[in-house]
Amino acid sequence: MYALIWRLLPGGWQTKTAIAAGLVLLAAVILWYLVFPWAEPKIQFDHGVMNGNPATTTPAPTPPGP
Amino acid sequence: MRVLIRGLGELCITAGLVLLLFVTYELWGTGRYTHEQQDKLGKEMMRTWASGPSGGKVTTERVKLGKGLAMIRIPKFGSSYHYVVIEGVSLDDLRKGPGHYPGTQLPGEVGNFVVSGHRTTYSAPFNRIGELKPGDEIDVDTRDGKYVYKVTTRRVVDPTDVQVTAPVPFHPGERASKRMITLTTCHPMYSAAERLIVFGELSAQYPRVTGK
Repeated sequence: MYALIWRLLPGGWQTKTAIAAGLVLLAAVILWYLVFPWAEPKIQFDHGVMNGNPATTTPAPTPPGP
Repeated sequence: MRVLIRGLGELCITAGLVLLLFVTYELWGTGRYTHEQQDKLGKEMMRTWASGPSGGKVTTERVKLGKGLAMIRIPKFGSSYHYVVIEGVSLDDLRKGPGHYPGTQLPGEVGNFVVSGHRTTYSAPFNRIGELKPGDEIDVDTRDGKYVYKVTTRRVVDPTDVQVTAPVPFHPGERASKRMITLTTCHPMYSAAERLIVFGELSAQYPRVTGK
């Protein structure tokens, strides 16, 4: 896969390296600013809230309990 | 065949690198958003405190979901440790900073002031609350004044143990007489299998001297 991309890049090795670095950077930027923020809420390995707290589902002024 | 195997290998290496980058993003990239929001909400809160009617009571009605409610400080973690407590505990709220459970008491009130925060991502406000020992101070600044809580106990519970947020923790039906603070975060670090809970009790309170 990468060998093919390398062959497809135009110019000498200097140009190829520059373009390849640019492509890697572009991929990283897309991942960092678009893909990761989208994927992050779906993973949630760091979740500090208690599950199923009645006080959070209904914004009643009185906390849980009769 | 060789091409296929090589392609597969390259794909795996790429996936590994992407995962590494994702972990980097989770642990450090997410904090940038929190810092921006903390700055913004902190300034906003200071402005409303300064402009609001003096002696006015802080109520949840006045603080919209997703806005700053109070400032939490833990002297043990250094003087630069301070976070704006956000009203609300939705995913969006907690990204901005530690969040106050709507419906639980406000700082200084009889009952339980419950705050939840991230432990490893989004600037990790509650990263080190596992180090708190009985007697350690947790300070909460509001429009009214400063409330000094002292840590009493630390517990590890299941994520479903919502009784910790009751006015009398673990006894949901009982009438509260103590003024408590409860911090909740995930446990163990980098996991959401359990919850680490730190309880504290009000030990002193000081009125706010000026409008600021």
